[in-house]
Amino acid sequence: MNITEKDIDHLAELSNFSLSEAEKTSLRQDLQNIIGYISQLDELDVSGVEPTYQVFEMENIWREDKILPQEADREALLNLAPAMTDNQIKVPKVL
Amino acid sequence: MLRLLKPNMKGMSMQIASKDISAVSMVKAALEKAEKYQDYHVFVSLNSENALKKAAEIDAKIARGEKVGRLAGVPYALKDNFLSPEGKTTASSKILEPLESPITATAVKKLEAEGAIMIGRTNMDSFAHGSSTENSYFGPTSNSKDKARVAGGSSGGSAVAVALDIVPFATGTDTGGSIRQPASFNGVYGFKPTYGTISRYGVVAMASSTDCVGFFTQNPEDMDLLMQICAGQDSYDMTTLPDFYTTTQSRQDSPRIGIIKDFDNDAVHPEIRRALTEKVDELKKAGYEIVELSMPALKYALAVYYIVVPAEVSSNLSRHDGIRYGYRSAEAETLSEVYGKSRSDGFMPENKRRIMIGNFVLSSGFYDAYYLKAQKARTLIIQEYAKAFEKCDFILTPVSPNPAFKLGEKVNDPVSMYMEDVMSVPINLAGLPSLTIPVGKTPEGLDLGLQIIGPRRSDAAIIALAMQAGDALRGPAAPARILRDGVDGDTKRQDPREEEVK
Repeated sequence: MNITEKDIDHLAELSNFSLSEAEKTSLRQDLQNIIGYISQLDELDVSGVEPTYQVFEMENIWREDKILPQEADREALLNLAPAMTDNQIKVPKVL
Repeated sequence: MLRLLKPNMKGMSMQIASKDISAVSMVKAALEKAEKYQDYHVFVSLNSENALKKAAEIDAKIARGEKVGRLAGVPYALKDNFLSPEGKTTASSKILEPLESPITATAVKKLEAEGAIMIGRTNMDSFAHGSSTENSYFGPTSNSKDKARVAGGSSGGSAVAVALDIVPFATGTDTGGSIRQPASFNGVYGFKPTYGTISRYGVVAMASSTDCVGFFTQNPEDMDLLMQICAGQDSYDMTTLPDFYTTTQSRQDSPRIGIIKDFDNDAVHPEIRRALTEKVDELKKAGYEIVELSMPALKYALAVYYIVVPAEVSSNLSRHDGIRYGYRSAEAETLSEVYGKSRSDGFMPENKRRIMIGNFVLSSGFYDAYYLKAQKARTLIIQEYAKAFEKCDFILTPVSPNPAFKLGEKVNDPVSMYMEDVMSVPINLAGLPSLTIPVGKTPEGLDLGLQIIGPRRSDAAIIALAMQAGDALRGPAAPARILRDGVDGDTKRQDPREEEVK
């Protein structure tokens, strides 16, 4: 399949990237090549095969609904933020 | 010159505990070697001050006659995607460059509880995306045998740290070969356990259904010790299995070893095919039964991997948004610009490719054709391994189709770089354990490795096989083939398993 400029813009939006024109051009070529390679699955017949989403042999491991002790408290986590004010994470205007 | 086998880590910690050598001098020696080999760019950061302080504490404990752990005073290197408050955890990326983690990965806690001392954080492909350590934001790591060649990846720094004998062990993560391939490129042991054996808590997530924590060592005995220490269930990682490692019967009488016919083709470097043929002959001579396997579904594993893993990557890496931690672009004026610019500046080109491919295969219209189809093909791959393990106990294959390639040779051609993973990714898709063992060298002195793959939970048996069949696999010619001057003539390197007798 052919990856268009529009496809790249759409994927950049889904990925939350602000890409330069040069980056878009090289990514378009790279993605074209990668998708070309992974498309070889077209020739494989998987009818009647169940998908595998995980290889861990257990599921639904229950534990009591209690908060486990955590190493990092609110302050330690807030201190990681690039910008902070009044004990809250600061961000630029939303709209 | 007379050379003797150096003590393994058990021996090292015994020497420290019996005051033959101090933990401080052991750590100092490791830090000096790290300085000496600076031009290989093994480390992203050194932990000198903390390491020396911890070593002094261990020496003091011993002096007071207190009990110390199984790794007391043993220096190690930590791949830069393990969180710990010692230094910054950058995952060799710009977006995490400022991250001083308040939490410690479970694996790190277990190692440190036994007295191991982290001397530095090792370079890697940014977010473990890559097969050469060239995708690091801080620049590439050189191969231990040829500075003009790649270390392999993504755990390149860790592999080279052990190969240059800076430290006896290093941590790694293996999502599609990131431990086994650099181990093979540098002549050391590299183990990727059964999925869920070691906790992933506190490890920067890449692809949650295949990510595994493992190690690099200079011998299988050290690997066994690390597995005994680190395997086991963790309430902070719900995908961990209860410890089966220390309780399984590890030795098997006359195991049958499978070899995969489908991998014996021209796409594999002649030296690697030669090494495999030689080792198979040696194993036959040593009395092992060799079984030929046909596994045609494996040919699709690489395509499956580069659908499933980018899909999980795109999801796992969406958390890096410049808001709560890490790098935030100073030029962003709106919230959406914070996301867009921070992520665009903060990720390497390969991170961007994988995130975008992931979003492509998951997007409506392509989900069934790519993502769902890949997950069905994954089932076929798992079934093929299950059938193979009815006919044999272990499988012996190359780790990668080529020995270490040149820096810059593949980094701008993602598909040719991905092809290097063709023999390592299938086992991650199936969640199997696999150990890289060094088996020899090319005529130009590059390391060659093979991997021993086993069924789920055969981890202890694989490592026992490596000990048991060691001579047949390594070959008898170790000293002669390894003792040579470095490529640039300024450093003298030797087999890390040996040391000069003073």
